Amino acid sequence: MNTPLQATLPTPDFPSPLAEFWRGFARNRGASAALAFMLLLALAALFAPWIAPYSPIEQYRDALLTPPAWAEGGSWRFILGSDELGRDILSRLLHGARISLWIGVVSVLCSMIPGVVLGLLAAFYPTRLGILIMRLMDIMMALPSLLLAVAIVAVLGPGLGNTMIALAIVSLPSYVRLTRASAMTELTRDYVVASRLAGAGTLRLMFNTVLPNCMAPIIVQATLGFSSAILDAAALGFLGLGAQPPLPEWGTMLAAARDYLESAWWVVTMPGLTIVLTVLALNLMGDGLRDALDPRLKQND
Amino acid sequence: MPTTHTLDIANAGGSSMLLDIKNLDVTFGAGDNPFRAVAGVDLQVAPGEIVGIVGESGSGKSVTMLAAMGLIDAPGRVTADRLSFAGRDLLTMKPREKRAIVGAEISMIFQDAQTSLNPAYAVGDQLLETLAEHQNLKGAAARARVLELLEQVEIPDAKSRLSAYPHQLSGGMSQRVMIAMAIACNPKLLIADEPTTALDVTVQAQIMELLVNLQRQNNMGLILITHDLAVVAEVAQRVVVMYAGEVVEQSPVPDIFNTPRHPYTQALLCSIPEHSKGAERLATLSGVVPGRYDRPKGCLLSPRCPYVQPVCHNEHPLLEATHRGSARCFFALDDAGRPSHG
Amino acid sequence: MIQFLLKRLGVVIPTFLGITVLAFALIHVIPGDPVLVMLGERNIDPTYYREAMHRLGLDLPLWQQYLHYLGNLLQGDLGTSIKTNIPVLQEFLALFPATLELSLAAMGFALVFGLAAGIVAAVKRGTVVDHTVMGAALTGYSMPIFWWGLILIMVVSVHLGLTPVSGRIDIEYDIAPITGLMLIDTLISGEPGAFVSALEHLILPAIVLGTIPLAVIARMTRSAMLEVLREDYIRTARAKGLSRSRVILKHALRNALMPVVTVIGLQVGTMLAGAVLTETIFSWPGIGKWLIDAIGARDYPVVQGGILLIASMIILVNLLVDLLYGVINPRIRHAR
Repeated sequence: MNTPLQATLPTPDFPSPLAEFWRGFARNRGASAALAFMLLLALAALFAPWIAPYSPIEQYRDALLTPPAWAEGGSWRFILGSDELGRDILSRLLHGARISLWIGVVSVLCSMIPGVVLGLLAAFYPTRLGILIMRLMDIMMALPSLLLAVAIVAVLGPGLGNTMIALAIVSLPSYVRLTRASAMTELTRDYVVASRLAGAGTLRLMFNTVLPNCMAPIIVQATLGFSSAILDAAALGFLGLGAQPPLPEWGTMLAAARDYLESAWWVVTMPGLTIVLTVLALNLMGDGLRDALDPRLKQND
Repeated sequence: MPTTHTLDIANAGGSSMLLDIKNLDVTFGAGDNPFRAVAGVDLQVAPGEIVGIVGESGSGKSVTMLAAMGLIDAPGRVTADRLSFAGRDLLTMKPREKRAIVGAEISMIFQDAQTSLNPAYAVGDQLLETLAEHQNLKGAAARARVLELLEQVEIPDAKSRLSAYPHQLSGGMSQRVMIAMAIACNPKLLIADEPTTALDVTVQAQIMELLVNLQRQNNMGLILITHDLAVVAEVAQRVVVMYAGEVVEQSPVPDIFNTPRHPYTQALLCSIPEHSKGAERLATLSGVVPGRYDRPKGCLLSPRCPYVQPVCHNEHPLLEATHRGSARCFFALDDAGRPSHG
Repeated sequence: MIQFLLKRLGVVIPTFLGITVLAFALIHVIPGDPVLVMLGERNIDPTYYREAMHRLGLDLPLWQQYLHYLGNLLQGDLGTSIKTNIPVLQEFLALFPATLELSLAAMGFALVFGLAAGIVAAVKRGTVVDHTVMGAALTGYSMPIFWWGLILIMVVSVHLGLTPVSGRIDIEYDIAPITGLMLIDTLISGEPGAFVSALEHLILPAIVLGTIPLAVIARMTRSAMLEVLREDYIRTARAKGLSRSRVILKHALRNALMPVVTVIGLQVGTMLAGAVLTETIFSWPGIGKWLIDAIGARDYPVVQGGILLIASMIILVNLLVDLLYGVINPRIRHAR
């Protein structure tokens, strides 16, 4: 199968793989809507300092716990209301998007790249190195990702940076296993044998021949990994182990909101809703990508 | 096998028939381009009769029978002028009443017996289920009956097979179990959908012989769906030939082999080595059965027919009476196998 | 079957040893002096320091320390909590029933509704029902459960006043921990009010913890059912004249359950991770909250022992699930 990474020149009869992929993806309405949402969120995150009405940490002592604009007692001064310290929730959420997306991007990249390399190594040297790598991954998989992340943060200490390290480490095994499995399949194919006979070196074989054909599931996994990174980062923040106040990380915001369940629903609702929408969008995109990239993985629907 | 049972189709009333199907349509897909998998099929089976239904894959022979059994699912639609079994109307019958008939009075066996048995349950349990469902037979009596059935289908060491799982049985054994399940309630009609296709050649003959023996013992009606005319020639009394969802010819057995009336039947016969002997050898038909998107306007065989005439491309022939059967051809073949337009 | 078991053990034992190495390393990776870390103290008398170092075996070479640690583990010695001075294993065993009860209730909830939702969606494939169920499942799957818990508390407990906010039972009841499972203990105690109270306390946390497994089970059940419903033996079952519900529940579900059981096994890990969050929100006195509290208090022996015990449990449960898989799948049970 061709991957969208090798965009070829379009010919009248055969659309380029990229175009073909896009057609498959765009037909999926849920995934398209999710992509639009994520693009919007990314733009909002990028331009947060300019579009947010207030600074995320500025406290308006005269307007503690103001309800959102449409609720009783709310005002357009704070569209989504203000929190217990009089900070504008919308501004905090917009700045929080920067943190969450940043965590997602960094931790995905930091686990995908070493994960893919380890996976390729495990596939190319299956006897000793491969077994060693896979056993290590088994050990890491024995603990659920959030618990392992909690353990790592417990060792390294709480904070944004350590959160990213922890999340990168915990999602490593999924990339290793996935890459190894698809690389093993590709290695038995004739084109790899041909390439080897033509004298391609191991490195060239790994990254130029085999890897491009393993990319589809890896890309899907990266999308799903992005969503679980955001979810786990928020969970760590909520437990007080992730980003520390006053950083407007979504999970950290929720941790502080726990005391206002009875009095100020919006303080609890808004950050959570943002997390749900973002994670849902990423999961929808992941499903859409999987269906469009690899029909073999297509779920029945 | 010489036929002792002659049947006059034209005079046969609906009530005396075991299975009586008139103008059956089965349609899949909705909107602008529904696909008629079965179109206007008439079929009658008398009690104790063996009817062969012959045709290539995709000719609608299995779908016709599944429709009679009520096994066509929601996107597919079944319509008919008449669909009755032993004088009872299957079309207007409540689902519950129909389920009491299906599996008991009409039963069916399928091509791939191994995948047709549920892998999660022991063979004995799957047989017991049928007895419990239709005859309310349980406990020791049911187990005794199951053993009896397994012995009837000539399964060696039947007792030890009761607790076997399908994956532990060979294809032939599985088909015997399927047959045992089908005859468990002494059905009046057994539909066998390519019962031997998936089996080894030696086993095929054994299974065929078993089916015919059981048919004779129980005096069941037997519908034998197959693409193998040689099998039909040996056992069936009457043959229905289907092509692209339509009946193109039906006739008693010696006639259909000696004097086929439809070019398609003739072509099928020529694919059997023994039958083409002596006769002038006809080239096998080129092309394939038309599908959803390439249905011809006129006679469905027209793109492949060696005797095709202009009218065949434009008009759709009806099923018309021949000497002792009927054929769907403007130029039905004569006794010498030549088309009637000369 | 025996062979199958041995093969699984061949993977499980090295994994378990790996986990012990990981837990052992934990104490040594933490920044700071391991002795001070283990004692949880800052400034101590040098004589006492040396004595403690020797007592904890920290003066030995690293590999000897590990063997020592492993030996202690095998004797059930997982160290002592700095905060309470109670052996870690003892604390764990005292708190574990609470987590077990919560997890069982959550898994029961997830199984009943997840299977039902998956079956309905598969049977009504392509309809509004299917899309609604699957949309809800994906949303549940995307749910940050700590937020979901807060929302449920806000709506059900605070606004509707239907369930208590936190804990396992009202303080007015004093129930002797016989099994440790509050529902059973309250039944034994013979106080109907206590049982109702325990049940009321359990409902919300169980729903919260069960939500993600529910979503996963529903999705898996649907796709497995769709696959199975296409099989030949389903046609056979229908040709037997069986009712639709019997075909689906007996013939299809039994085969669709095989992949679902594997997924349930994987969900046990997710559940224990979720328990950390759920117990924190509902102040549920189980091992999840215990672990988080220990991290907050820098009670490292508890963190080390807790993580080791939780990982061991997950390994054990997955082993059990593999065996269960063998029981329901005759192809494995009767493997030649």
